[in-house]
Amino acid sequence: MVRHMRWLAVLSVLLIGAVIPIGSAGAAGTNKLEIFSWWTAGGEAEGLAGMFAAYKQRYPGVEIVNATVAGGAGTNAKAVLATRLTGGDPPDSFQVHAGLEIQTYDPEKFLEPLDSLYKSEGWDRALPKGVLTLLQYKGHYWAVPVNIHRANVLWYSKKVFSANNLTPPKTFAEFFKIADTLKAKGIVPFVLGDKEGWESGHAFEAVLIGTLGAQGYAGLWTGKTQWTDARVTQALNTYKRMISYTNTDHAALTWDGAGQYLINGKGAMQIMGDWQNGWFQSKNYSDYGWATPPGNAGVFDALSDSFALPKRAKDRDNALNWLRVAGSKAGQEAFNPKKGSICARTDCNQALFNAYLQSAAKDWQSNTLVPSVVHGAAAIESWAVKYKDIMALFVTSGDVAKTQASLQAACKDAGVCK
Amino acid sequence: MQGRRRLQVISNEGQAAARQSGSGLPRRIRGGSRRWPSSDRVTSLLLIAPSVLAVAVFVYGFIGFTAFASLTKWDALAPDFTFVGLRNYVRLFETVRFQIDLRNTVTFTGFFLVSCLSLGFLLAVLLDQRIRAEGVFRSIFLFPLALSFIVTGVVWRWLLNPGSVQLGSTGINLLLDRIGLGLLKSGWYTDPKFGIKAVVIAATWQMSGYVMAMYLAGLRGIPEELREAARVDGASSFQVYRHIVVPLLNPITLGAVIILGHISLKIFDLVVAMTGPGPGFSSDVPAFFMFDTTFRGNNFAQGAGIAIILLVMIAVLIVPYLVYSLRTETQR
Repeated sequence: MVRHMRWLAVLSVLLIGAVIPIGSAGAAGTNKLEIFSWWTAGGEAEGLAGMFAAYKQRYPGVEIVNATVAGGAGTNAKAVLATRLTGGDPPDSFQVHAGLEIQTYDPEKFLEPLDSLYKSEGWDRALPKGVLTLLQYKGHYWAVPVNIHRANVLWYSKKVFSANNLTPPKTFAEFFKIADTLKAKGIVPFVLGDKEGWESGHAFEAVLIGTLGAQGYAGLWTGKTQWTDARVTQALNTYKRMISYTNTDHAALTWDGAGQYLINGKGAMQIMGDWQNGWFQSKNYSDYGWATPPGNAGVFDALSDSFALPKRAKDRDNALNWLRVAGSKAGQEAFNPKKGSICARTDCNQALFNAYLQSAAKDWQSNTLVPSVVHGAAAIESWAVKYKDIMALFVTSGDVAKTQASLQAACKDAGVCK
Repeated sequence: MQGRRRLQVISNEGQAAARQSGSGLPRRIRGGSRRWPSSDRVTSLLLIAPSVLAVAVFVYGFIGFTAFASLTKWDALAPDFTFVGLRNYVRLFETVRFQIDLRNTVTFTGFFLVSCLSLGFLLAVLLDQRIRAEGVFRSIFLFPLALSFIVTGVVWRWLLNPGSVQLGSTGINLLLDRIGLGLLKSGWYTDPKFGIKAVVIAATWQMSGYVMAMYLAGLRGIPEELREAARVDGASSFQVYRHIVVPLLNPITLGAVIILGHISLKIFDLVVAMTGPGPGFSSDVPAFFMFDTTFRGNNFAQGAGIAIILLVMIAVLIVPYLVYSLRTETQR
């Protein structure tokens, strides 16, 4: 008996030895390429597959590992990615929103600058200037944009508008006039679904742009416009009034669920990014129209998905080729019609795209570009999260003074305001 | 290799220690074996060593690291261990969302405990009346416990969806409409005043069966003679429960409070699946805020701060219970 116990003891001690990790050397592979994203379903996944096909055509013999993590606009993916980057086991290339979201990944420490790639591939000419400025962080390019989405779009039900002889509002005054007319008829004038907490901040971006103009809005994120500005107060008051015209169940719905109001002809207008277009199509709904939100004419509130190159990527050469494909005309033409976004490049063949995307591409060339904050372009992530929370709270509190003070405090925390 | 060498060191030390203690101790304590005196002790120490080590590293080590991280400036992906004292905690308590979260936790815990305990007790008493097909009812009430909070959350999100005038009622509101009780319709979790209490409904639905099972076991453990004696003394059945049954069930109530209490303090999945943060954060909880702060905001220091506050809250609940149960054990 005692002897048995002794062997058990030996075993248990050996177990301790086994638990203590011994650094394992990873085998260096050169015929693999691991691409990390949160595109797991629908048009997004199809678009990614299209880009993979474009890659394989150019570089056959490379096995692509599609490392996707599902869930909530990349939230879960970002958590996994953070662990892998800091743990020294990065994927070969990963998805990131273009703009200041890149700061999250501490580029100087974890990423390779891509300036020479931009030069050799001629991207500094193929991409619009506004995007190039957006992509630069600390004077370098860190990621290659594959697409552009527009955040400031006012979707409206053509059926409701024509039945009431209305045209999309160009000013907030017109917006409220239309809203009163529709409310009296039992139709929800301004549809909102803010269950996930970011949608309110998204809609408020458009109100800020409509009130402060492109320059004033962009200045909020660089410190040139003060959050204490009287025009911000005005924007908050406008937004507060807009919220009073929303559907009662907005807190139970996500943006797509709220879109059902338009489909059923029970709601009139919704401010949402242009992924709504793809969703309407998937529902076989075609009786919708699009316009810029009040005061937003000539301004393109943009966000963009891009791919970055981590330091110590295991298959660096393949990853560089991947970025070449992602930035190429062929790659973007394979990706975007399926994803439901426009090319970041300006030379894509427009015949491949549907009516909405063609109109968006036209605006993209002529409009003033401003970065979206909710979607990672305008501000560092911690600031964007605070902004999102403050605006989510505003929907129920309606406290203009307190909200403005919080917005100013968040700007201070981010080190942009003094 | 390393492990084996360490084993040798340990067993050598063990032998030395055993030999030393062997000389000082009276023979009868040392037992029979002469060559391996008190080797049982060494063996047992070695046997629990792996789990002690694992718990030390993976539980206490990480608690320590979290506490340390909460005192640093680590607000980006790359760790930044500049010491900032209690700044993260001060900021946290200044954050409106966190204040709401704490209030929500108190509300949730209070309502959840009261409703779960009373409903569970009621069900147990009813089932204890020697009814027919008791097993069937017991299973029915216990089944919700077998679901994950995610499933419960999704189901109750649908049931408590308020619907609207334009698109019509759904779920419970539709039911109320159909049976002519439209007056009772509510916005449920979309109504900021209701908020977290809607989550309480779902949580109670899931956990009260469990409390019932605990109470039922307790009720079955109360000797019939005690009740009979009380009845002989002229006690009404309410008095029997009030003065005999309930006091005897006290340990079970305490156990249930501890189990439900720590579930409610760290509730996360149910809220995520059912409501999200809710309008004006009316159904937000600290655990969800911690997830947001850490993985969406990459503010690891502040996330660690929230985790530590959660730990302290739970410790306040659990530690007195542990002390109490340890003391009663030694008394026995």
